Amino acid sequence: MKKITLKITINGRKHTLRIDPNLRLLDLLRDELRLTGTKEGCGIGECGACTVILDGRAVNACLILAGQCNGREVVTIEGLTGKDDLHPLQQAFIDHGAVQCGFCTPGMIMSAAALLDQNPTPTEEDIREAISGNLCRCTGYTQIVEAIQAVADDN
Amino acid sequence: MNSNPSIIGTSPKRVDAREKVTGSARYGQDLRMDGMLFARVKHAEYPHARIRSIKTARAKRLKGVAAVVTAADIPGNPAFGAIIIDNQPIAGDKVRYLGDAVAVVAAETEAIAERAVDLIEVKYEELPGVFDPREALKPDAPRIHEKGNLIVHHKTRKGDVGVGFGEADRIIERSYSTQRVEHAYIETEVVVAYLDPDGTLVIKGSHQNLFNIRSAVAGVLGLPLSKVRIIQASLGGSFGGKDDCMAVLGCRAGLLSLKTARPIMLSNSREDSLVESYKRHPYFLDYKVGVKDDGTITAMEINIVADGGAYASMTQFVTWRSVVHATGPYRVPHVKTDIYGAYTNNTYTGAFRGFGSPQITFAYESLMDEIAGELGMDPLQFRLKNVLRDNDVTATGQKLDHTVSVGEALEVTTRAAGWDEKRKKFPEENAGRIMKRGIGLACSYRGVALGAEGVDATGAIVRIHSDGSVDLTTGLSEMGQGLKTIFSQIVAAELGLPIEKIQYRETDTSTITDGGPTVASRSTIIGGSAVRKAAIAAREKLGAAAAEKLGAPPAKIIASDEKIMVKGDPVRAVSFREAATMALDAGMNLSSFAWHVSPPIWWNEEEGRGDAYFTYVYGCQIAEVEVDPETGRVNVLEVWAAHDVGKAINPETVRGQICGGVATAIGYGLLEEVEMVDGVTKTMNLDEYLIPTAMDVGKIHAIILENEDKYGPYGAKCVAEPTAELCAAAIANAVCHATGKRIRDLPLNLERIVLGHKLVKKKRRVR
Ligand code: FES
Ligand code: FES
Repeated sequence: MKKITLKITINGRKHTLRIDPNLRLLDLLRDELRLTGTKEGCGIGECGACTVILDGRAVNACLILAGQCNGREVVTIEGLTGKDDLHPLQQAFIDHGAVQCGFCTPGMIMSAAALLDQNPTPTEEDIREAISGNLCRCTGYTQIVEAIQAVADDN
Repeated sequence: MNSNPSIIGTSPKRVDAREKVTGSARYGQDLRMDGMLFARVKHAEYPHARIRSIKTARAKRLKGVAAVVTAADIPGNPAFGAIIIDNQPIAGDKVRYLGDAVAVVAAETEAIAERAVDLIEVKYEELPGVFDPREALKPDAPRIHEKGNLIVHHKTRKGDVGVGFGEADRIIERSYSTQRVEHAYIETEVVVAYLDPDGTLVIKGSHQNLFNIRSAVAGVLGLPLSKVRIIQASLGGSFGGKDDCMAVLGCRAGLLSLKTARPIMLSNSREDSLVESYKRHPYFLDYKVGVKDDGTITAMEINIVADGGAYASMTQFVTWRSVVHATGPYRVPHVKTDIYGAYTNNTYTGAFRGFGSPQITFAYESLMDEIAGELGMDPLQFRLKNVLRDNDVTATGQKLDHTVSVGEALEVTTRAAGWDEKRKKFPEENAGRIMKRGIGLACSYRGVALGAEGVDATGAIVRIHSDGSVDLTTGLSEMGQGLKTIFSQIVAAELGLPIEKIQYRETDTSTITDGGPTVASRSTIIGGSAVRKAAIAAREKLGAAAAEKLGAPPAKIIASDEKIMVKGDPVRAVSFREAATMALDAGMNLSSFAWHVSPPIWWNEEEGRGDAYFTYVYGCQIAEVEVDPETGRVNVLEVWAAHDVGKAINPETVRGQICGGVATAIGYGLLEEVEMVDGVTKTMNLDEYLIPTAMDVGKIHAIILENEDKYGPYGAKCVAEPTAELCAAAIANAVCHATGKRIRDLPLNLERIVLGHKLVKKKRRVR
């Protein structure tokens, strides 16, 4: 297969890469760049474990070709984490017991981050809707919603 | 020497939370090794067939393929199993369900492995299949295994049901059924197999029960246990589900690693996982109950058939838990219960959070409402009249010598939910409403830990280092439930240290002896007791080392605030670190290993009776729902869930367990079913297999009850599983309250609510 050139900004760093045209954004992140905080749970856009932020919007990285991201900007869970400080959502997830197995957590936090960027003061309904594409089998969502609400309340 | 257990009953942050929120936690799918190959599986093409021939030559010739293995390459036993040795990681002469493997390929990339799989040619002789366990038990049904299709028959006998039914004013008979469901952990199964330089085969991956997997891999690959090492990667959920199927993956990848001397990654796609990994048993349940007009239950006769699928897996244990608990938490003087587990050519079934209880709880708690309805009694009052109380005798003849709190759970939960008012008010209001409201409850009792199923013992190692930091090792696994945190809290409490000083080491079969599986909600009570003993033993050494300097006998010395001090005289103290150095300088061993065995229990399989578990937990859940009678849509608005956990070591974690269990049960009640038609799975991914989203789960009120148990550390019992066994029944009862429709089959999906039955699909009957 003929490779294509991709210019992409990931977590603030610019990359120019030669990639297969059928490479998914998820594989670019996980396999090529080894940013493994983004997870794969279904591969068909149903579980949300692969959620990243593309130009400010939460998307499923398993449904997007890397080639579609030319000239665009991606933020992953690794990009949310500061050098010393956690992002307020990360801290809130810890403080509110919103993490169990943790497999949904990065995707969940990315969806929540995109929500709070667009709507800093969401209602509980807004929060539940914003994370309705992120499946969690462990928590029953209660503490996750509380964690996101707590960050929103600080806004 | 005493501890200062002030950290018990508080909710310090999870010790593994930071790595999980930053994305740095390493799950199985994140592992990569130099020279690693990727494996794919050639699955069976018929649910029941004899294998005539397998041609792998073309696959082997494909560029990039390193090895293709079949059953002929297996050096050890062809199969493994908990009791019945029937699960074949690669099928030899016969396939029994579509998840069976006939060959496994290792190649440089997953895509090449995939292509190679397509080049393998297999010739079969198709055999008639059996897809309903009731059909499978008929004498002329096709035989799936040589010994026949009956996996197990358990029974419970108490009194004489003939006499009990004679005393009854009414006899009520009902039948229920439950469906096949999937664990649907968000992380699918994955292993990486590789050889250590000393020849030890390492299988690292998404393991729940490492020692079970080790036995299976060692047996199948013909290796001594000491040459197989199982390491757990961060586990993305399990709920009972990553046991046998992980052994299967471990055997397949391990075999390829032995063949190629390279690391092998074998990961299941979601589609693979839905077809191949085991599910929760579908049950068919018939209940016959005798009651007096005043609401007293006089007898119960119960007959259950469970679909075990192609392999026995945990069917014997799952059905045993069912036979013990099938009457529910009620005083029933005369009991006769029989349960049969049968092989079919469906995907096999095994452990899933609840382990034989969600099925029976759905049946007996629906039934209790039905009986109350027939008698014109309130469901709460009917239950309160019959529930077990202190010193009562269970259906298996066991006298309960602890606090029996099912009555308390019912009272607390109904009060919190406003039960009396809503039961009265909703039917009146519904007359003028489009969306019908209803409220329903369910309660249960549950034997803690393995019970008389088998030996229940486990160990822990606490090591104090010269700088005062501490390592903790056990053979039990973190699955998200919070085990690392709870165990670290126990050590911190006993050593008087902040929790940050405790490092929980990764779970690895080469670091500690076999301490059984992480199942049956046994970890806190059995594992926690072992951890506590090990910590106390370590602390006593510090006390002994410091006694002379502190001028007090060891019995007067405590560990608190990072100090070893004289009780009531905190100025006479040395730092924890100093005490550790003193002990080491005195030549003391600051590593302590402790072992904890459950109190004695017994079961007489012949007579169907016994003291099945050393203690029980009790719970009650109430669901408030809204039903759209036009579409059949059920919204769960609120759930109240009260669980007696003995003592909540970490209340926030307990709350997480309750909310998670409730959500799983909402899925079981309303949404989920792995649909199979003639052995073929129809729900292949999460677009067809629907689990609850944040929009499907209403407000959950977790209520923690604490009646300390003499057998638990700090009085703690358990919480994980009981939370998942109640809500489906509570929802069914709430739907009936809202609509007057009694639905006796799970799930309560749209068509059942509107039509009263499932949409009919094509079915091939086996004669
Ligand atoms: S892996 Fe992308 S949504 Fe599930
Ligand atoms: S924490 Fe396990 S899936 Fe969400």
